[in-house]
Amino acid sequence: MRRLANGLALCLLALTGLPTGPAGAQPVAERLPACLGCHGGQGRSETEGVPSLGGMPADYVLTQLYLFREKQRVAPPMNEMAAGLSDDDLRTISDAVAALPPPTSDGGGDPARIARAKDLVARHQCGSCHNADFSGHDQIPRIRAQREEYLVAALRGYKSNARAGYDPAMNEAAQPLSDDDIRDLAHYLAHP
Amino acid sequence: MTARSLCPTRWLRAGVLMPLGILLPLAGAHAQQAPSGAPTPGSAQPAAPAQAGAPAPAQDRGSALFGRPEGADAAKLAPISGPPIPTPANRLPLDKLSVPPGFKVEVFASGVANARSLRQGDQGTVFAGTRSLDKVYAVQTLDGKPTVKVIASGLHRPNGLAFHKGALYVAELSRIWRFDDIEAKLDAPPKPVLVYDDLPKDEAHGWKFIAIGPDEKLYVPVGAPGNILMPPETHAQIRRMDLDGKNVEVVARGVRNTVGFDWNPETKLLTFTDNGRDWVSEDIPNDELNVLSEPGKQHFGFPYCHQGSFTDPEYGWGHSCAEFTAPAGLLGAHAAALGMRFYTGSQFPDAYRNAVFIARHGSWNKTRKIGGDVVVAKLGPDGKVTSLEPFLTGFLQDNKYVGRPVDVLVAQDGSLLVSDDYNGAIYRVSYAR
Repeated sequence: MRRLANGLALCLLALTGLPTGPAGAQPVAERLPACLGCHGGQGRSETEGVPSLGGMPADYVLTQLYLFREKQRVAPPMNEMAAGLSDDDLRTISDAVAALPPPTSDGGGDPARIARAKDLVARHQCGSCHNADFSGHDQIPRIRAQREEYLVAALRGYKSNARAGYDPAMNEAAQPLSDDDIRDLAHYLAHP
Repeated sequence: MTARSLCPTRWLRAGVLMPLGILLPLAGAHAQQAPSGAPTPGSAQPAAPAQAGAPAPAQDRGSALFGRPEGADAAKLAPISGPPIPTPANRLPLDKLSVPPGFKVEVFASGVANARSLRQGDQGTVFAGTRSLDKVYAVQTLDGKPTVKVIASGLHRPNGLAFHKGALYVAELSRIWRFDDIEAKLDAPPKPVLVYDDLPKDEAHGWKFIAIGPDEKLYVPVGAPGNILMPPETHAQIRRMDLDGKNVEVVARGVRNTVGFDWNPETKLLTFTDNGRDWVSEDIPNDELNVLSEPGKQHFGFPYCHQGSFTDPEYGWGHSCAEFTAPAGLLGAHAAALGMRFYTGSQFPDAYRNAVFIARHGSWNKTRKIGGDVVVAKLGPDGKVTSLEPFLTGFLQDNKYVGRPVDVLVAQDGSLLVSDDYNGAIYRVSYAR
């Protein structure tokens, strides 16, 4: 049990970047592995609830990191991870993350749900902001091959306004979605 | 050494990381908004005609994209969000900005991320609200150099500001606060007093411009909760109330979304910009400049009639634009006419006395963008706009924004301050004789 506790402490340290004092004192290059520890070193997250960031537009990542640093978007542990970082640090991390390879589809998925989701995508014009291939651009995130449960959580958060978008566009767009819609959309986007 | 190598996958999967939220100090609970539906006053009888023939509002009309036509060209048009980090002073697009001969434009303050509505305190402090961020700023000029302070944070779209008798009023999306004696307490702002929160929580057109009129009442708009819909009784209107939030009345209806208003110094009438609906056409309808001459009795057209001359393709049937108060002037299709002020200073030439400066944030749902400028409207004896001329231009370069003006403020010295939420900056336009 003691070993487990030590291991957990070490893990938390690595994740929070706190081993040598204030988070902001640590060079960005040393912090990046902590990001990738959860978000995935190859751009694809294997961690439940944690989004894949490969190929994400740098502007989107920068905006979210800023919101985390300012505690305007509260999502532990990201607020602590971003605390103390300078604007330039945020830019460096965003650019590094954006350069990771985008996640690819593993195929699969339920054809019936995907068909239903395609209809929803057309009706709600998701592609008009996120691009037809859902690759995103500027401040609009890549949602192609994103983790399914993360997409569900994000859309539910927008619909309930628990997650207030930087721009309210997604809060507006999510209002008409039923929970079934949300789950089918997430299923399709995770298996495009 | 990576965290992954230190963190067994099963821990990550099992949610062992969740306690981080408890272990780590996370200050500042974010002002979360519950979904729409709070009771709001719909006190007076509507001046709107009966809603005969208009279909019931469909649920998905809350989306900014509602009404967008199918087709690749329309689908290329998406809302534009500025970056959260302000542009450094030396990279602001100052060399691209133009003003008429005799005027000059300079940077008043940089580092004011997402600067939106502007107000000036009696002692000269310039306040700026935000929409994408959660902050309100105070800008003081000491020895000719601006210092920018955050005086409030953790607010939800604190776009609207008013200043009255030493107090700063701040409008979040659905709450209005008052910070008393603020200019004496910029370094340790007082706990704000809640003035009014009987407001809907819709995100669509939910952020607010507010102002206090010559009647010493607080004016608060409630936008239509979507692009084009039959608004509930509580929306698409301007309310006014006592400064303590009591005695609320609806003074204007049929107002889609006003994000700027002021009072005509001669007539004392409320004059406001209103943003027209989207997705009908590249070229119509125009945003409007409107005048409220009979508080509580006028309907400005939404959703039946736009720009005073164009019945809505869906809601206009059975109606005529003659049923509604026509605009005093047209401000461009999709131009996003936001902040406006009458010029009451003495620094500018006489030709600008009582003219209306209007910040046009700039279009997003139009292929060839327009706006991204400050225009000046001059009014005739009948109160109608007789001319609309460019004043501060250059934010739109090659169909891309290098900045986006949001609000204008006639400063105490007679110069015109202009906020730019894209760059997080405030510019100062002055007349050099």
